[in-house]
Amino acid sequence: MKLMTWQEIPIGGLILEAGNAKKFLTGDWRSQRPILDEEKCINCLTCFMVCPDGSIVLKDGKMSGFNYDYCKGCGICAYECPVKCITMKPEEDFR
Amino acid sequence: MTTATVKKIRRAFTGNEAGAEAMRQINPDVAAVFPITPQTELMHAFASFVANGKVKTELVMVESEHSAMSATVGASAAGARAMTATSANGLALMWEIVYIAASSRLPIVMPIINRALSGPINIHCDHSDMMGCRDSGWIQMFSENSQEEYDNLIQAIRIAEHPDVLLPVMVGQDGFIISHSLESVEVFDDEEVRDFIGEYHPKNPLLDTDHPYTFGPLDLQDYYMEHKRQQHQGMQNARQVILDTGKEFGEKFGHHYSNFEEFHLEDAEIGMIALGSTAGTAKVAVENLREQGKKVGLLKLRVFRPFPFKELVEAVKHLKGLIVLDRSDSFGAMGGPVFLDVSASLNNLTKKPVTRNLIYGLGGRDMKVQDLEKIFGMMEKTVKTGKGAGSSQYYGARGDD
Ligand code: SF4
Ligand code: SF4
Repeated sequence: MKLMTWQEIPIGGLILEAGNAKKFLTGDWRSQRPILDEEKCINCLTCFMVCPDGSIVLKDGKMSGFNYDYCKGCGICAYECPVKCITMKPEEDFR
Repeated sequence: MTTATVKKIRRAFTGNEAGAEAMRQINPDVAAVFPITPQTELMHAFASFVANGKVKTELVMVESEHSAMSATVGASAAGARAMTATSANGLALMWEIVYIAASSRLPIVMPIINRALSGPINIHCDHSDMMGCRDSGWIQMFSENSQEEYDNLIQAIRIAEHPDVLLPVMVGQDGFIISHSLESVEVFDDEEVRDFIGEYHPKNPLLDTDHPYTFGPLDLQDYYMEHKRQQHQGMQNARQVILDTGKEFGEKFGHHYSNFEEFHLEDAEIGMIALGSTAGTAKVAVENLREQGKKVGLLKLRVFRPFPFKELVEAVKHLKGLIVLDRSDSFGAMGGPVFLDVSASLNNLTKKPVTRNLIYGLGGRDMKVQDLEKIFGMMEKTVKTGKGAGSSQYYGARGDD
């Protein structure tokens, strides 16, 4: 993202566009990546309830993976999953 | 030159009443109030205007000055013309939000009734309250008397809300010395004053629900510095806006204003810089000494932030000696806050006046005409002998003589 100059930005720290947090891909911050073992998942949706970033992707009401654009890798889903079917893997493994 | 034909009446006002009268004419949308001596009477007088339906202001009674400034910031962000007023410890309690008001670029106008900061606790005049937040990003003006308090407040609205500025303004008047003394004040016609300040059209009010936006977000390494640079520019732009507003005010109302007033300074050899009510007393001292043939003069500083360093240097560079009076200390510094700025301003001159700094009048200690005459004499000696040149000392503290 090209950073703007002081002449280009609104004064006083105002953000003029509503809902533009969507453009800020916080997935960049992740150091651990959650990986799902679909075989073991019982679709209880605990992960969906506890994810602080709304990054659990549902398809037809079922757990179907993670939105890595916004998942910060906090590991809460993995910790809370009752059948331990989410594992946190170091992000380097995927580079 | 007075071209003003505006209707006006003379009223006997204390400084606080003059401030309240200006606020009545400004008719702010919101005023947040919390009492503190010696400011209390200003808001008492204004509250009675609200109660009697003389203004349409929403008066918000808050539980502390921190809340008063917070409510004012909220109202201003919402798009209101918002004001509050305070003194000393009240201003100190507002501190955190005072900075936020400036960096959020909210054109709030706040009368400050200058009073010594505790401790030991004291309710009388000095400038430690306003000088304490000289780096907060507020425009700072000092008033010599009730008339200037009234005139400055009206101009402050225009300066603060100017699109090139958008910064808050604090207008100081000396606690008790001005705030509680009755003086004759020319009050201009309501409509003329309202015409001068104009309607406020905020660019991005929070109440504009068709265009929702975020106010006060987290601002980290990538943009904080750009926002400070903008704020810096707003303060730089204020220099011209203050001059233009003072000129326009003069043309309309007949009272002319600049960054400072020069009083017998042009052909003076010994000059003095003072602000607030002391400048008025110093004018009498200058006149007395002029009668004795002494070439003395005064520069009454009206605008302290932005500091008018270029114009000030031009006005004082011909002097042999310059004595700078500070009504507050900057503990551990080379001198009081006015002296620091004056010294820095003179720095690039090859031939500069001999300077000296006196810290005086703390906690309301009187500064009389005779004192000021004596000080001019001291400065004359410093110029002749070099003794005391560049020094900063207390004036009037027992034990120093
Ligand atoms: S918490 Fe575990 S089992 Fe439940 S839906 Fe999420 S991944 Fe599947
Ligand atoms: S790691 Fe944290 S952010 Fe990512 S999906 Fe799990 S709970 Fe959400």
